[in-house]
Amino acid sequence: MTSPESIPRVRAAAWYLLAALGIMAMLFLVPGMMSAFRLNLLAKYLCFALVALGLDLAWGYAGLLSLGQSVFFGLGAYAFGMYLKLESAHGQLPDFMGWSGLDVLPSYWRPFGDPLFALLVAVGLPGLCGALLAYLLGRSRIGGVYFSIITQALAFMATTFFIGQQPFTGGTNGLTNFATIFGHPLKDAEVQVQLYRVTVLAVALCLALSLWLARSRFGRLLIALRDDEQRLRFSGYNPTLLKAAVFGVSGGMAGLAGALFVPQVGIVNPDSLGIILGIQMVIWVAVGGRGTLIGAVLGAVVVNAAQSAVSESFPDLWQYGIGLLFVATVLIFPGGLANGLQSLGRLALRAAASRRGEAPAPAEAAAELVRA
Amino acid sequence: MTGLVLLGIFNGLSVASILLLIAIGLAITFGLMNVINMAHGQFIMVGAYVAYLCGNVALSLVGADAAGNAFILALPASFLVTAVIGWLLERGLIRFLYKRPLDTLLATWGVGLLLEQAAKNIFGAPNVNVRVPTWLGGALQLGPDLSLSYARLFILGLALVALAGVYVYLFRTSLGRLVRAAMQNRAMADCLGVRTDRIDAYTFALGAGLAGLAGAALCLLGPVGPFIGTDYIVQAFMVVVLGGVGQLLGTMGAAGAIGGLDSVFNLQFSVSIGQVIVFAAVIAFLQVRPSGFIRTRAR
Repeated sequence: MTSPESIPRVRAAAWYLLAALGIMAMLFLVPGMMSAFRLNLLAKYLCFALVALGLDLAWGYAGLLSLGQSVFFGLGAYAFGMYLKLESAHGQLPDFMGWSGLDVLPSYWRPFGDPLFALLVAVGLPGLCGALLAYLLGRSRIGGVYFSIITQALAFMATTFFIGQQPFTGGTNGLTNFATIFGHPLKDAEVQVQLYRVTVLAVALCLALSLWLARSRFGRLLIALRDDEQRLRFSGYNPTLLKAAVFGVSGGMAGLAGALFVPQVGIVNPDSLGIILGIQMVIWVAVGGRGTLIGAVLGAVVVNAAQSAVSESFPDLWQYGIGLLFVATVLIFPGGLANGLQSLGRLALRAAASRRGEAPAPAEAAAELVRA
Repeated sequence: MTGLVLLGIFNGLSVASILLLIAIGLAITFGLMNVINMAHGQFIMVGAYVAYLCGNVALSLVGADAAGNAFILALPASFLVTAVIGWLLERGLIRFLYKRPLDTLLATWGVGLLLEQAAKNIFGAPNVNVRVPTWLGGALQLGPDLSLSYARLFILGLALVALAGVYVYLFRTSLGRLVRAAMQNRAMADCLGVRTDRIDAYTFALGAGLAGLAGAALCLLGPVGPFIGTDYIVQAFMVVVLGGVGQLLGTMGAAGAIGGLDSVFNLQFSVSIGQVIVFAAVIAFLQVRPSGFIRTRAR
């Protein structure tokens, strides 16, 4: 017999165990179960899941809908792509610079030869940019749809800028033709498996971090920010700093995702910071269920897997599919996948309880749902 | 030299007038109704394809010589067809989402994707050429290096006419007064017997129709493709944000500012740097005047 107080603790332990088992399976079982091609696709979806996670923190919790999350993703991807490009050039000038008529490496490219520096920039720069943008917009009290419009304009501007700076960014082709990472050939299957594992770990760590943030005092302040900014302000908090903080974290996660994305996909081009990708990221979160974090991860993987499956055979059909997905998610399933699963769980719980001939105590059922 | 400067100013005005024409519709749906219609760009495309169809019908009816003149009839046709589509969208989708502006954004983006793909399937992905009147083909020669294209002058005029029309409608007609009443204080308007749901539908249809009109006008500048609207839409949204919510005069000023800055910087530096400067300028301006050029006085 367990005492009533220990039940939550036992349950929590069970969840931790389940999570650890899940991560272990993703790390060691899954790579053996699918082809290198499929594993690479899965790794790509997981990178997107990382973006979705950050987006969910900003949108689902703080109510800041960014249509320009792709910019942070792309910045991270370009920063790490610069490292890969330099390493592949072996001290020579990267190929596209020569084609555009440059003779010497621009000075700001030089430190990117160091992978740690590149990684730092890949996470830090998008984080700082996000924090700065959210601070400036928060300061002038631009929120809601206006915030979204301006982030979309950011994506528009970033794409034009990166296309225009051909000698330094590779223009429309972007950065590609990478050969090695840390001295190992990128084409090597074992290297790709390791990159996949790193991606799984990154998603797991960021998910844990996000869940922790969401449940902390900070998370509650974010929800307050979303639901009633004015009241939060009058209670003596500074919404602008909160916005900057959450948008910084969210930008950093997108940047990290970009850095992981580049070596596995082998290319980064201006599409990676464009408007289309930016709004697709939003639909991943919406389909998964905003404000649930796990839903965002699920949504990113499910939507992208569906996209690959459908568009491999019927490219036209997917355009209609995703269009309908936008409409249906908003109109019919505003709660997304995660909430749908929760309702299913609630039904199963009730069915199990009635079979045992007892009604579940409301508080316990609610606690179950919160944890689920 | 002065000719070149004047030409630069004209180009700026021309870009500004295109933005204005697109932004007037947005100023109504986004500024006045606070509905963020991401399908606005695709409405522009619908308008452009309607103009294309009008041209084709005219070709079979009156022959190649006069078919270009059918473009003048295509302007109201584009307006009406797009307005009907807008009305359907409002009744079928947007009216359920008035309390959830961010969701409206997502849903209308989805509608935009559907329209875009439908256009690709119906008209094909390559661009098509629209017949335009031959008398709009030339340019007004004012000096050795100053020639103003009639097509751009026409768009400039059209934008001003559309702006004036919307102004008269909103501020000088009884229907416009009802629209403003419904947008300012919906509950009170309801109590006084205004059919606010109908007003919503008509107002949204008007905004959509203006997008269609803009689409028809864009046919004068080049071929028409499924993505014709998307090129301008982001900047048009910025115009509305910069101009101030629900402010027609502000919209005009903002279109002038963004269009002008854009052409100046594109000439002076390059397109890519120009975009960055315009974006930074908008953010900087919003630091000083958060509610845009013209503030709405709340009552």
